[in-house]
Amino acid sequence: MKHHAKLTLSTFLCSALLAGTALAQATHPVTGEPLAKDQTFTYRVLDEHSSVDPQVVEDTIGAEIVRDLFEGLMNQDAQGKLIPGVATDYDVSDDTKTYTFHLRDNAKWSNGDPVTAGDFVFAWRRAASPELASPYQWYVKLMSLENASEIVAGEMPPEELGVTAIDDHTLEVRLSQPLSYFPQMTTHSTTFPAPQKVVEEFGEEWTKPENIVSNGAYVLTEHLPNERSVRERNEMYWDNENTIIDKTIALVINDENVALTRFMAGELDRTEVPAGQFPRLKKEHPEEAISFPRLCNYYYTFNQSDTGPEAFKDVRVRQALSLAVDRKIITQNIKAGGEPEAYTFTPEAVAGFTPPQTEMSEMSQADRDAKAKELLAEAGYGPDNPLTFDMIYNTDESHEKIAVVLSQMWKQKLGVVPNLANMEWKVFLETRGNQDFDLARGAWCGDYNEASTFLDLLDSESGYNDGKYSNPRVDELLIEAKSASDTTPIYTEIEQILAEEVPVIPIYHYAGVYMMDSDVGNWPVENVEQNWYSKDLYKIAE
Amino acid sequence: MISYVIRRLLVAVPTIMLLVIAAFFMMHFAPGGPFTSERPLPPEVLANIEARYGLDQPLWKQLWDYFINIFLHFDFGPSFRYKDRDVNDIIAQGFPISLTYGSLAFLAASIVGIALGIAAAIRHNTWLDYFAVSLGIAAQALPNFIMGPILILTFTLWLGLLPGGGWNGGQWEYLIMPVIALSTSYMGNIARITRSSMLEVMNSNFIRTARAKGLPERVIIWRHAMKPTLLPVVSYLGPVFVYVLTGSVFVDIYFSTGGLGQSYVSSALTRDYAVLLGITILYGALTVVVNLLTDLAYAWFDPKIRY
Repeated sequence: MKHHAKLTLSTFLCSALLAGTALAQATHPVTGEPLAKDQTFTYRVLDEHSSVDPQVVEDTIGAEIVRDLFEGLMNQDAQGKLIPGVATDYDVSDDTKTYTFHLRDNAKWSNGDPVTAGDFVFAWRRAASPELASPYQWYVKLMSLENASEIVAGEMPPEELGVTAIDDHTLEVRLSQPLSYFPQMTTHSTTFPAPQKVVEEFGEEWTKPENIVSNGAYVLTEHLPNERSVRERNEMYWDNENTIIDKTIALVINDENVALTRFMAGELDRTEVPAGQFPRLKKEHPEEAISFPRLCNYYYTFNQSDTGPEAFKDVRVRQALSLAVDRKIITQNIKAGGEPEAYTFTPEAVAGFTPPQTEMSEMSQADRDAKAKELLAEAGYGPDNPLTFDMIYNTDESHEKIAVVLSQMWKQKLGVVPNLANMEWKVFLETRGNQDFDLARGAWCGDYNEASTFLDLLDSESGYNDGKYSNPRVDELLIEAKSASDTTPIYTEIEQILAEEVPVIPIYHYAGVYMMDSDVGNWPVENVEQNWYSKDLYKIAE
Repeated sequence: MISYVIRRLLVAVPTIMLLVIAAFFMMHFAPGGPFTSERPLPPEVLANIEARYGLDQPLWKQLWDYFINIFLHFDFGPSFRYKDRDVNDIIAQGFPISLTYGSLAFLAASIVGIALGIAAAIRHNTWLDYFAVSLGIAAQALPNFIMGPILILTFTLWLGLLPGGGWNGGQWEYLIMPVIALSTSYMGNIARITRSSMLEVMNSNFIRTARAKGLPERVIIWRHAMKPTLLPVVSYLGPVFVYVLTGSVFVDIYFSTGGLGQSYVSSALTRDYAVLLGITILYGALTVVVNLLTDLAYAWFDPKIRY
């Protein structure tokens, strides 16, 4: 009897223990949500990625894959804040020109080799070398590594780059100028390590799934160009036991409406919402239609160079055209994805700076229209002398709608006669880059989460300043900001100058508008750069 | 006939070379280059890239090197856009896919189209004729870029029977929708051409003679009317064959099949010079071969033609 009771008890304990383990495996360690058995995340990409070579990749789609396959010195968390990656921490010299990164000793490549400081040195030299001719050589220059410019120009060998492996786990970085945000730059794919042995053994073929060796949470297991690429858990990854997603699949679907249909059919966990469809989808699928701010702006730029029209050199004309744009109509009726209206060049979502309220943002649209009419009349344009100009944009349904609406607003409210011209992308870039336009569409996504990534565009010397706007005070302030401890007053002043002089017409700031399966956990909606890592996601059991 | 074939093939080589030269210059004269981007590259970076790909050479030299690489090494050059792959890779991966769904679509279009056309002509002005004609017109009125989304909505979203896209090594369930979408409009055309050709043949003198001889209708249709009926159909099928084989950009876009059509269009848009030229050569060579086969087929269909 006693014996029997004991047996039952032990059986009971045993099964409780088993159930406990099973339960522990199936719930999220932090949130306690039940986890789905199949931890596969499938998402849609618009296009085939350019490369999965960290030093070569140049598109967002490729960078997303590379971020899963390789791990740099630092990572970002769900809010975009810096967290340790291969480096556990770093020291910085007093002049902020020398950084010493301490690398964790348990980081491994997918073939079991340790990740060493030498792998970073190899990768960074590779990124700068004219021989590889990576389009992201500019990023190495932007990092201000010692001798970077000379190496890119071919005047020095890559071995002279300001980066040294002190030992296997200590990496020293020397900069040519003080940079307080250098660690942030190490979350970018160009700075990720590369496996020297594999790169040298296979040459350009090293990124093929059968050859590639990587140090991130995932390895590339399948790549069918223009169809799909698959990355699966890297058993050698140092934090593998805390990784939940087993497999991430990127499906190339060029047409966004087809992608939406396939999402509805359950083939995808994430896809973009086509312009204008968000309100309907939000109503039908409130759990799955999500929208959050992104670090990008959309604007029209005036050509103020010698080739630009005389009219745009008059600030009243520029102000009038900006005032007459009813941004609400564009954000609510055309885009309709929760995009914020833009009255400043820098998006509000940017870290460390709140763009100021401008005079225009506080006026009603009726007042703006009245003022616009007044200004244009003062500038000498009216029914007998109508203002005409050409406006260009690249061929795209959404750009076209916005251009048509803008031109109609100006026509109806101000009697202005804009001529619309759409161009194929490369022709558009060439035309705009050569100042062969009057008014041109522009858009910019931040390279890093700081206001200067946007405001630098309006520096007189900037290669991206397509309208050739030039204000010495703005240039001066931008230089000041590089070494200032508090940048807010500087950026505020720049935004105020821009609001007054209107070199560009800010229209809206981007939103990430997705259909996201409600069983996907921890999508970093608060990371405005949308640097996401599959290892931080999980699938909840339905 | 063999000397005719050899002659035709010899002419083909300079023809394709001329095609390449024309494409090469048109491509280079289009504004913007492969490395024009929203983020203009610093001049020294651009110089490195151009040096790596030989784009800093004069145009004639680039063209010359291109031909030399093809003739000596069978190397069609690198892709500027997809840096992990070269043109040989891209064609080797995309062409078999286009070839698979293309030939299936071609077979479906010709078999169903010809059958419909003949049925309609034989049963002229009956319900079968009206049915075939309306089906043909409907198929033609629904081009593949409309068929694509309709098929996906129906079979993937509503019925949940077929995957909405992808290739998966060409499994049958991934093939059905691309083949239907690609074949229907050709099917409609083939049915229409076959029907009118058959009607004309059936009204011609030699068929009347055959009928007067008392031949059974079956023998008249199959033995005497079929060959002349198919002559115009064959001349239509030739170009269609090339077109569907080299892939359809719509099929690739709507069904994510990964075929060559998509690569062709995107290489033009991104100024991926070598990819564009490589696929142009493939298109050109296929056109030449298929035209030759079509011409040879004429001889079989029409005994009056001799080479």
